[in-house]
Formats: sequence, C-alpha cells, structure tokens
Amino acid sequence: MISESVVDLSRLQFAVTAMYHFLFVPLTLGLSWLLVIMESVYVMTGKEVYKDMTRFWGKLFGINFALGVTTGITMEFQFGTNWAYYSHYVGDIFGVPLAIEGLMAFFLESTFVGLFFFGWDRLSKRGHLAVTVLVAIGSNLSALWILIANGWMQNPTGAEFNYQTMRMELSSFADIFFNPVAQVKFVHTVAAGYVTGSLFVLGISAYYMLKGRDLPFARRSFAIASGFGLASILSVIVLGDESGYEIGDVQKAKLAVIEAEWETHEPPAAFTLFGFPDQERQTTDYAVKIPYALGLIATRSVDEKITGIKDIIERNEQRIRDGILAYEALLKLRTGDDSAEVKDSFERYKSDLGYGLLLKRYHPEVSGATDEQIQQAARESIPRVAPMFWVFRIMVVFGFLMLFLFGITFYYCVRRQVQQRRWILRMALYSIPLPWLAAEAGWFVAEYGRQPWAIGEVLPTHLATSTLGVGDLIFSLAGFIGFYTLLLIAELYLMFKYARLGPSSLHTGRYHYEAGGGAVLAHQPQSRQDA
Amino acid sequence: MIFDYDMLKLIWWLFVGVLLIGFALTDGFDLGIGTLLPFLGRTDTERRIIINSVGPTWDGNQVWFITAGGAVFAAWPAVYAAAFSGFYIALMLVLFALFFRPVGFDYRSKVEDSRWRKAWDWGLFAGGAVPALVFGVAFGNLLQGVPFQYDDMMRPSYTGSFFGLLNPFALLAGVVSLTMLVMHGAVFLQVRTEGVVYARAKTAARIAGSIMIVAFALAGVWLYLGIEGYRVITMPLTDAMPNILGKTVERGAGAWLENYASYPLTMLAPVFGIAGAVLALMLSARDRPGTAFVFSGLSLAGVILTAGISMFPFIMPSSIRPDHSLIAWDATSSHLTLTWMFWATLLFLPIVIAYTAWVYHVMRGKVTAKMIEEKSHSVY
Ligand code: HDD
Ligand code: HEM
Ligand code: HEM
Repeated sequence: MISESVVDLSRLQFAVTAMYHFLFVPLTLGLSWLLVIMESVYVMTGKEVYKDMTRFWGKLFGINFALGVTTGITMEFQFGTNWAYYSHYVGDIFGVPLAIEGLMAFFLESTFVGLFFFGWDRLSKRGHLAVTVLVAIGSNLSALWILIANGWMQNPTGAEFNYQTMRMELSSFADIFFNPVAQVKFVHTVAAGYVTGSLFVLGISAYYMLKGRDLPFARRSFAIASGFGLASILSVIVLGDESGYEIGDVQKAKLAVIEAEWETHEPPAAFTLFGFPDQERQTTDYAVKIPYALGLIATRSVDEKITGIKDIIERNEQRIRDGILAYEALLKLRTGDDSAEVKDSFERYKSDLGYGLLLKRYHPEVSGATDEQIQQAARESIPRVAPMFWVFRIMVVFGFLMLFLFGITFYYCVRRQVQQRRWILRMALYSIPLPWLAAEAGWFVAEYGRQPWAIGEVLPTHLATSTLGVGDLIFSLAGFIGFYTLLLIAELYLMFKYARLGPSSLHTGRYHYEAGGGAVLAHQPQSRQDA
Repeated sequence: MIFDYDMLKLIWWLFVGVLLIGFALTDGFDLGIGTLLPFLGRTDTERRIIINSVGPTWDGNQVWFITAGGAVFAAWPAVYAAAFSGFYIALMLVLFALFFRPVGFDYRSKVEDSRWRKAWDWGLFAGGAVPALVFGVAFGNLLQGVPFQYDDMMRPSYTGSFFGLLNPFALLAGVVSLTMLVMHGAVFLQVRTEGVVYARAKTAARIAGSIMIVAFALAGVWLYLGIEGYRVITMPLTDAMPNILGKTVERGAGAWLENYASYPLTMLAPVFGIAGAVLALMLSARDRPGTAFVFSGLSLAGVILTAGISMFPFIMPSSIRPDHSLIAWDATSSHLTLTWMFWATLLFLPIVIAYTAWVYHVMRGKVTAKMIEEKSHSVY
C-alpha cells in the first residue's frame, strides 16, 4: 500500500508546481492579446509609438513567457512521474487532450514566438501582426485543451470503465470536448488571464504617469489596458458565477462546501456572505446571510433545491456500500468468473466502483469494511469546509475590487482626466498583485474542492500516485523549491529592471533615459509621435 | 473506423518513432549546441553568435519533446506511467537541467554583468548535456530490461535504484546519444555561422562524430555478444483488447537481433546510423554543411530506429517479471483513442512541419558578429 506521506508529498509537489506555473500562465494569456491590439493599431495608423508599445510590452512578455515554458514542461511530465496509477487508469482519455494540446497549440505558440521577437526586420508589417495573432491564438488554444483535461477530472464524461483492461476508456470524444464544466472553466480562466494582463499594463503605465515619464507612451498603454480590462473583469465575474452552477455530483459537493451549506434548504436558498464554518459540529457560526442569492448563483432559479452537506454525506455512504458490491464483482471478473450473475452485479453497481475504492484508504481489502470505516470514508468524501469557504470569498472580493478599479479608470480615461487623479494611478499600481492572488485562490477552490477525488467519483487521490519512496519525493520537492526560487528571483529582478527602465530599454532614442534631461523628454517625444 | 486495431497499434509504434526522430532532428541540435556553447565560444560575442544561431527556433523545437511525451501518454499510457515513475530520479535531473534552457536563452544577454552571463552559459551547457546523456542511458536500460512489475490492480512498481541505471552498457548508450547530438549541433552551427566559430564547430563535429561512430558500433557488438534480449512466446491476438499480463516472455541471447534476420531490410537502420555519420563528417570537412546536416539527420534517425527495431515489439521489457513487459500490442490505448489520435496527428503534424519550415526560411542566413553588435538590445 502507498504510504500516506507519499500521497501528501505528491499532492504538495503538484500543488506547488501547478500554482507556480500559473503565476506565468495568466500573464501570457492576457498580454498576448494586448500585444495584438497594440500592434493592430500600429498597422492601421502607422504611428511608431504603437510599435514601441508592442515591442516594450513584448519584452516583458518574453521574460514571463520563458518561465511559463520552463514550468509547463514540469507539468507535462508530472502525471507520469508522480501520478503513475492515475496515468495508467485514465491515460486512455486524459492523454488525448494533452497530446492534442502539444500538436495544435504549443507548436503554434512556440514556433511563432521566436518570429515575434526576431522577425521585426524580416517580415512586412502585416506579416508580423499575423505572427503576433498566431502566438495569442496558440496560447489560448493551449488553455482550451488543458482545461478540457482538467474539466474531465472534475466531471468525467464520455468514458467507461473496462474491467478487462482495468482502466477507464474513451467512449465519446465529443462528450470530452463539450464537457460543460470544461467549457465554463475555459471561459472563466482565460478571462482571468486577460484581467491579469490588463492590470499588469495598467499598473506599470500608471507608474510612468506618476513619475511623469514617457507620457504619450504610458497614456496610450493605460487606455488600452483599462478598456480591455473592464471587458475582461466583467466576463470573469459573470462567467465565474457561471462556473458556480455547473452540475455534476462532485461539483455539487463543492458548491455546498463553498457555501458552508450544511442542510438542504427548501428553495430559495440564502447565500452565506460571512461566517465561521465548524466541520465537527456541522454548523456555521455567526453566519450573515443574503436571502435568495445562492439559489440564483447556483441554479439560476429561485425554485430549485440545493443539496446540503449532511445529505451529500448520507448519500455518499450509500454509494460506498454499493461500491463494495461493485468491487467484489470486479475481483470475481478479474479472476475469470464471468458468470451472468457476476456480470449483472458489476453492471448494476459499476457507477459506484470509485466509491468502493475510497474505502481502500481505511480498509485495503475494501470488502468487509466495518460500519465505522464506511462512515468515516463518507464523512471524508467531501473537502474540508473552512478553507474552501474562505478562499472562495477572497477570489470574489478581489474580483469586485478589480471591477471597481477598471470601472473607475475607464470612466476617467474616457473623460481624459486620469492623469490628474493620482490616487487612481496609485491604486492601479498597487493593485498589480490582485489578479494573481485571485487566480491562485480560484485554482485552490477548484482543485482542493475536488478532494478526495483525483478523477471525480472515479479514482480517489490516495490511489492515484506512483509507487515511490518518501526519499524520491523529498529529493524532487527540494529540487523544485530550490530551482524555482532561484528562477523566480531572476525573473522578478529582470521584470523590475525593465519595468523601471520603461520604453527606454528599446534604445530607439526617443524615451526618457536616453536623451539626457527627463523634463524635456516628457513632452518632446509627444510632439513627434502625435504628429 | 478505417483501420483495424492491430494496424493502428503498429502505426502508433511508427508515430512515436517519428516524434522521437523529429525531436532528435530539431531539438537535438539545440541540445548539442548548448553542450558546445562554453567550448566553442571564447568571447561574449562568439557565445552570443552561438546562442542566436538557434535563438528564434529553439522553443518550437522543444515542443517536439513535449509532444512526444504527450503522444506517449495518449497512445501508450502504460508506458508513460511505468517509465516515467520508474526512471523518477533520472527524469527529475532532466527536468532540472531543462529549466536552464528557456530562461538561459532569454535572460542571459539581458544583463551586462559577465558573471551573470557565464553562469547562464553553464546553465545552457547543463540544459543540453544532461538530457542528451540521460536519454541515451534510458534507452540503454530499456534494451537490458527494467525491473518493474504490476500488482493485481495493475499498479506498476519499480524495484531498481537510480544508480542501477548507470551500468556500463547504459553509459555507452549515453555516450552514443550525447555525441550524436553534439555532432548534429556542430554541423548546424557550421550552417549558421562563419569565421572562428565555424572553424571550431567543424573540429567539434569531427571529434564528436568519430566518437559516436565508434561507440555505436561498439554498442552493436556488445548487444550481439553480451546483452540478453527478450522474445514473446505466446500472447493474445494482436488485435485483442490490451492485456499486459496475458502473454509469456522469455529472455535469451541474440533475441534483439532476430528482427534483422526475419526482415533483412531493417538492416538499413544501423547502416544509415553509421554511413550517415561518416558522410556527414566528410561533407562537414569539405565545407558543405548543408548537405552534411541532412546526413547527420539520417544518422540520428538510423540510430533511433536501430534501438526501436531491435526491441520491436517490446517497448519496455521487465527484467524481474518478463511476462509483465510492455509491448506494442498490449501497452496501447483503446481502439477509439488510437483512432482519434491518429487523425489528430495526421492533420496537425504536416501543418506544424510546414510552418516550422517557413519560420526557418524567414530566419535563414548566417549569424554574424556585426549583426549581434548592431542589434545588441533585441537579440539574445
Ligand atoms: C489556463 C491555462 C493553462 C493551464 C491551466 C496550464 N497551462 Fe501550461 N501553459 C499555458 C497555459 C496553461 C500557456 C499560456 O500556453 C503557457 C504559459 C506560458 C507559456 O509560455 O505558455 C503554458 C506553457 C506550458 C508548457 C510549455 C509549452 C511550450 O514550450 O510552449 C507545457 C509543456 C505546459 N504548459 C503544460 C501544462 C500542463 C501539463 C498543465 C496542467 C497540469 C498546464 N500546462 C496548465
Ligand atoms: C495551473 C493551474 C493549476 C493550479 C494552480 C492547480 C492547483 C492544484 C492544487 C492546489 C492541487 C492540490 C490539491 C490537493 O491535493 O489538495 C492540485 C492537484 C492536482 N491537479 Fe491541479 N492545478 C492547476 C491545473 C491543473 C490542471 C490543468 C490539471 C489537469 C489537467 C490538474 C491536475 C491536477 C492533479 C492530477 C492533481 C493531483 C491529484 C489531486 O490532488 O487530486 N491541475 N492542483
Ligand atoms: C467575482 C466573482 C467570481 C466568482 C463568483 C468566481 C467563481 C469561481 C468558481 C465557482 C470557481 C470554481 C470552479 C470549479 O470549482 O471548478 C472559480 C475558479 C477560478 N477562478 Fe473565479 N470567480 C470570481 C472571480 C475571479 C477572479 C477575479 C479571478 C482572477 C482574476 C478568478 C480566477 C479563477 C481561476 C483561475 C479559477 C480556477 C479555474 C476554474 O476552475 O475555472 N476568479 N471561480
């Protein structure tokens, strides 16, 4: 049997490396479209400042992109290295989106990103713009396929267990592709990326404006970012709410836990704005509730029932009992007893096989588990409530903060008054970390909220690991933490260096640090570029 | 479905081979050039010439590696699971080494400090040499069989140690793969550079290529005389549902050479492996790097195919439970998955090859010192 510490360390390693990867992913997703917008303006108007914008923000894009690629390779191989049983059990389905992602998205993105940086002199204006568009499409396609893979873990449609091969097998590619969970995840996640890119450009441009440097450059960047950002944050919030009501039983448990909804309430359910969930006593202390709101968010209606945690646990207990029968039938089938009776029993209980496997953690033989073990497995068949409850609220609060920020910057941009409102500029600068925090929070909710399942209702996390020793994991974890820390320091150092330097780093001779005194420069390039 | 299951299983064996060869042909020279970087470039400008010879294209090349990994996951999930978890420590070393490449290429020249640049140069060296070596070592171990087995839930477990991987034959295979990629990289550098760097690359190609030819021939003799192969005694029909535990396998001397006896045409693979390298070296010495590059590519393909054909249908033989070996007929995905992946590959791979070729065309020509100095702030 796999030791608990190997499982915990594997989870920790996956969480660390994935969350680290997702520090760079959202900026790539968002910045790539901002580059497309800036370069399109350049191609349409021919104004050099837009080319400089594309090249300067492109430089920062490149610094970020390098780490996105570096950390992505880790992710690609980690399923095999650390989640070998998982890969064996569901690779028939799960490998497909990953392989297509490589063929369709990574090749596109990575092949053209080289031309983006090196092709300025070798391509026509339109040719180069086309390359930039292809990079953006590539990165977004990669998000699509990986989220189809991830969505399948949350809601595994289009697949069947095959007892002869002892694994899940593909039954419908269309069901995998059109998985509703994957679709909403895609939209919410890429929109979160667009918000990240926008706030990054917005905040750094605000910094130049606060310093009174390179104003024409900064003002234009700021305006583009605030427009694109406003549209994106609106999508994130509207479509975030969309992810809330996607069904599937794992998602139902997640929803109940996010809301700390212990009891099944008759509709319309209230939304708990605030409170202290207590898992032992199964109540939420000091709860502040908004009537009707949960029903609206979760089911888009006021008359549908939302299942509470207590009922979910009770139902899971029954499914575990049925799962034992499925497991027993499976063992008989595996030893060659395929009488009609055994087959019938397996067919009847097959959908609960995963629940039977949940028991392996408490009673490796599964069959013959005591009532107590079954009840414990049922109690632990939902994620822990308090972290989910709080982390979800962090994401939502940050979401609304950013809505306010983009709303107000956009308003003053349109009225051409941003520059006089220094508090807005300062707020934009200091808000730069918000989208990252919200996105990491979102992933925590999505992934921790899937526990104890690696593949929802199919494969428990504690079975999914590789057969490794604790020493192996300590070695790799130490390596990841060590190297990733060094790389992050190098990345942040360059990011700050170039962000401070601003467009002067392009050495065009047109910007602040290049032609001597700063004061002259604040308006000198303006006259030239605005001409 | 147009293809039968057994046909698709065979096609997927070929496709994985194609992806591995694609990886060696493209990313292979990047790895080789990374390995050569600290030795062929003495001044900062020379090193930047070397780095920029692959600057615009290394990232796309690396995707061959990623996609080969993804394709193995989709087509041979059992192999992806057993091999990657079995070779855990070795794979982690490869990963850690690969970290230095994207960052090394992009960050190195963004700071003037010479210590910073030197540190990244050695990072790029490790990022090239370690994977190139480890891939060969891994193949060397596959040829000898790997100590893994399955339990009744079909969970693979590996019982060997990391140091067990570093046996003499495997190290020899590591030398083959390292020197062949260095040769390939050196010839590519000849295509893209001039002057001193060109001259040094020519020398490097000669040295690496000669070692590779000797090491490859030696490995062949060793395989013939001293390495026991595996052969399938009985197994379910090739178009049956994959059942890894359903066959019987025995070990035996000379088993790895039987395919060559049954299908003499396959002898072409090792012949290309050697003849390609010899021709590449001759052409490189005569300053015909373009043609030399083609032959060095043929040599790589020959070497990889030699490993594959020797083992066919084995992919990952088990040394402790030979019956649990993974072979091309039972390590595969379901019929439906192989079919989808077949069409996806058939559709996308030619498109990828077409636009990659176009990008190389746009970026063609020599990288010169003048270019580096003029565009000091926009190239790597
Ligand atoms: C929503 C988006 C998203 C998510 C959830 C993930 N990735 Fe990612 N990945 C990207 C979006 C992305 C990207 C935007 O396309 C990246 C990030 C920065 C970049 O350079 O490309 C990328 C890079 C990237 C690369 C390098 C590709 C290259 O060389 O171009 C690999 C191999 C992966 N990823 C693999 C994974 C795996 C196996 C993940 C799951 C565990 C994963 N990514 C999660
Ligand atoms: C890049 C964004 C992502 C982040 C930040 C993230 C975060 C996490 C976290 C925090 C965990 C640990 C959960 C726990 O054990 O409590 C985890 C586990 C895991 N995630 Fe994700 N995840 C991301 C994307 C993905 C994607 C796209 C996939 C699949 C395609 C995926 C597959 C997994 C798997 C297999 C595990 C380990 C098994 C498990 O704990 O269930 N993750 N991830
Ligand atoms: C303000 C309202 C928001 C709501 C109601 C909301 C809702 C949700 C929900 C319910 C999930 C979990 C989906 C699942 O369990 O699979 C989620 C995940 C996530 N959220 Fe949000 N969110 C909001 C704002 C944000 C913001 C502002 C960001 C970042 C800029 C963000 C980024 C993410 C990410 C990256 C994920 C993980 C990927 C996914 O599962 O879709 N969210 N969000």
